[in-house]
Amino acid sequence: MYSAVVLMPLLGSALAGLFNATMPKGHSRDLAAQLATCLCMGVSAVLSVIIFYQVALSAHEQTVTLFPFVYSGGLQADWAFKFDTLSAVMVAVVSICSTAIHVYSVGYMHDDPSQPRFMAYLSLFTFCMLMLVTAANFVQMFFGWEGVGLCSYLLIGFWYDRPSANAAAIKAFVVNRIGDFGFALGIFGVYALFGTVVFEEVFAAVPTHLQLSIHFLSWDADALTLVCLLLFVGAMGKSAQVPLHTWLPDAMEGPTPVSALIHAATMVTAGVFMVARLSPMFEYAPDALAVVTIIGASTAIFAASVGLVQNDIKRVIAYSTCSQLGYMFFAAGVSAYAAAIFHLATHAFFKALLFLSSGSVIHAMSGEQDMRKMGGLWNKIPITYAMMWIGSLALAGIPFFAGYFSKDMILEAAFAAHSGVGTYAFWLGIVAALFTAFYSWRLLFMTFHGAPRADHHTMEHVHESPNVMLIPLYVLAAGAVLAGYLGFNSFVGPDSEHFWRESILVLPNHNSIEAAHHGPGWVGLLPLIVGLIGIGTAYGFYIRDPGIPGRLAQNYRGLYQWLLNKWYFDELYDAIFVRPSFWTGWAFWKKGDGAVIDGCGPDALAANTLRLARRTAALQTGYVYHYAFAMLIGVVVLVTWYLLHG
Amino acid sequence: MLIATICFYVFSAILVASAALVIMARNPVHSVLFLILGFFNAAGLFVLMGAEFLAMILVIVYVGAVAVLFLFVVMMLDVDFAKLRSGMMRYLPIGGLVGLILLGELALVAGTWTFAPEAASATQVPIPDPAQVTNTHALGLVLYTDYVYVFQVAGLILLVAMIGAIVLTLRERQGVRRQVISRQVSRRREDSVTVVKVPTRGGVS
Amino acid sequence: MTVGLGHYLTVSAIVFTLGIFGIFLNRKNVIIILMSIELILLAVNINLVAFSTHLGDLVGQVFAMVVLTVAAAEAAIGLAILVVYFRNRGSIAVEDINLMKG
Repeated sequence: MYSAVVLMPLLGSALAGLFNATMPKGHSRDLAAQLATCLCMGVSAVLSVIIFYQVALSAHEQTVTLFPFVYSGGLQADWAFKFDTLSAVMVAVVSICSTAIHVYSVGYMHDDPSQPRFMAYLSLFTFCMLMLVTAANFVQMFFGWEGVGLCSYLLIGFWYDRPSANAAAIKAFVVNRIGDFGFALGIFGVYALFGTVVFEEVFAAVPTHLQLSIHFLSWDADALTLVCLLLFVGAMGKSAQVPLHTWLPDAMEGPTPVSALIHAATMVTAGVFMVARLSPMFEYAPDALAVVTIIGASTAIFAASVGLVQNDIKRVIAYSTCSQLGYMFFAAGVSAYAAAIFHLATHAFFKALLFLSSGSVIHAMSGEQDMRKMGGLWNKIPITYAMMWIGSLALAGIPFFAGYFSKDMILEAAFAAHSGVGTYAFWLGIVAALFTAFYSWRLLFMTFHGAPRADHHTMEHVHESPNVMLIPLYVLAAGAVLAGYLGFNSFVGPDSEHFWRESILVLPNHNSIEAAHHGPGWVGLLPLIVGLIGIGTAYGFYIRDPGIPGRLAQNYRGLYQWLLNKWYFDELYDAIFVRPSFWTGWAFWKKGDGAVIDGCGPDALAANTLRLARRTAALQTGYVYHYAFAMLIGVVVLVTWYLLHG
Repeated sequence: MLIATICFYVFSAILVASAALVIMARNPVHSVLFLILGFFNAAGLFVLMGAEFLAMILVIVYVGAVAVLFLFVVMMLDVDFAKLRSGMMRYLPIGGLVGLILLGELALVAGTWTFAPEAASATQVPIPDPAQVTNTHALGLVLYTDYVYVFQVAGLILLVAMIGAIVLTLRERQGVRRQVISRQVSRRREDSVTVVKVPTRGGVS
Repeated sequence: MTVGLGHYLTVSAIVFTLGIFGIFLNRKNVIIILMSIELILLAVNINLVAFSTHLGDLVGQVFAMVVLTVAAAEAAIGLAILVVYFRNRGSIAVEDINLMKG
């Protein structure tokens, strides 16, 4: 059962791939692939619930070892699935969201010619993600890490005949790679420090490996901090934190189910999961934790500010994801790992809900994604409208909805950490909450309210999505509504010690969650107040007086452009990294490869052979006496040589 | 001995001079004639050395056959008088250099060579006393016995050369009627004779 | 002074060199080349006989006879080729004979 929950998606993916290759194009092939993948995913989801009950609630932790992976000298790693509370929570979240999205995709991708390929990729991704979260050692986690990166590339570039999709896929992969490089260096560091890559052994050895330092090019760095920072670089790449965030908005080139699954619920949360999983290491490296906090908080405010002015419905939600990930990271940074995971789980539900609802809107609007061309839809697609409301309420942290419980917890923990970085994170988090509420309702009002700004033909086509697309929305909406209330006690409340047990380590001297429960009351109310202000402002800007945003953009043109262009990060990277790389590549290709290697190698050889042959041929004049003369010279040479050497 | 020395010098001088003139004469007929002169003097040298048979053979074969052959060809080919073109000068430097090197080496060899110690005893066919056995007789004694294979091969070479020369230069003249003996001989009665019943006073038509 | 081996060898060398020069210094026609070859062979013969006399070995003369034979055969064939060439090309000036030009 434990292995099955991870391997079923792989089976589904393989079957879909098989059908794709062997069956002829047509309805039956698509249906076969869809059935195979959805059934396998469904089984996996059911198993994950059972496992959650067994492992998390009934405290039956397991480690299932399959077979050896790497046995090389001192490096020993097996293919093993580690099931403790943390991984059980993640497995449940991933498989439930993935199943919902698989079913949704059946409807959304209905007219696509390559449905089996899509379903296969989705299942392959789920398999890799499950591998990642159930890994018992660094190497297996890295395998899952790379696998989700690969599937992200494949899925973003799913419509490979679009150049923009291809470019976005490459961008995602390359930026991820930078993170992966840091991650790999971190793993090397772990092995160098601890001599093993198995989590259990590393965690047990951490307390005895403090105060060591690594010497690198005349710098001495604290070993554990350096290793944790390198591992965090990997998390930054995968979870789109500043400065490795540039790939996430462009990843919206992929189909909407992809955005929902990978770039909202699961893959981007892998970084948060990693930091939580490695809490036994991070807890002993407070400098690394401080860096995590700062980056997380900065990302939260940065992404929220950019999301204020975006016009593409999916981009707004993408930046919202980026911002919420920042929240999760700074929660982890102040040692509130449980709150981070709690927010991860609730966020998975409501963000996937938001994405899928926006997919529903796009589907209704015949492919239109620009909010400036929408409007007046609320009575035409009421169910989607309601789902969007639920997701936004959860996101903004309105009481009783899921986000309220988790987001507030994070902010309270940040405040209660009473450290410089914690306070920095808290205030930035509050401002980001204001922005979050504002842009969420901006999205709602622009998309659904007001006079229709689309043309008549499109508006005629507007229709509610079919049930196959709506039922997953209901499932996710249930999660968005109930997950917070149901999970609060276990995740971050009084039962959390008993719930998490050994899967997360928090040192007693910075248990910010514990402190948060005893914090001042206003800290808990402030996010709510700020959220309401945001909603009110959005109402004023887009319902009462729709001219305000336009006038503000005119008056503050510079600031508006700065935000619209994502703080010019892409342009900066283009100038510093992309263009020099292309130039270097071109130089190596034309000058190095072409001129030097080819020119001095095969081309030079051929040309010189020809030249030499032509010159030698000129010796054959055709005159016999020339030949005789040559013979004579040869004789003289021979005799001379023989005389001198003989 | 003095006569021998004088003869030697005379013969050598004329030989060298005529050899030079062979290659420098303008008229090719003159070249051939100088070649003949050179051969004669070489024969004289041979006689001086005691190889009179070879000398006579030189005269008969070289002069009588080869040089005459040259003369035939020169006459037949109607070769023009060629002026000494200046082209020769172009090659003189390099040719001179090569010649000088060659000369130097020859001098080197001439100055330092000696007979190997066992050479004296390595004679294969010692020359018998000329008073008893003439050169011709002595040659005959070895040529048809120990060196008969060489002799036969030489004959074969001459045969091949003869056939080769004929094959190369033979040309059939067009328009000349010839007998093809094999066709004549292979004629059969059926090809040439037919019996015809001829009616009286009818004639063969 | 008595004429020794060296004198004969010298004469032979001179004639040999003259023959060599005749091959590639001539600008006139091909027959000169053939005659130069005959000169070379003559020089070789003189050499052989000189050694034969000096060493008292008759083999030198036997060999000289064979060389003579071969020289005659070669002259015959060479001239035959020349005649056929002239028939086909119409000229035996050395500068016109460059069909083997590569």
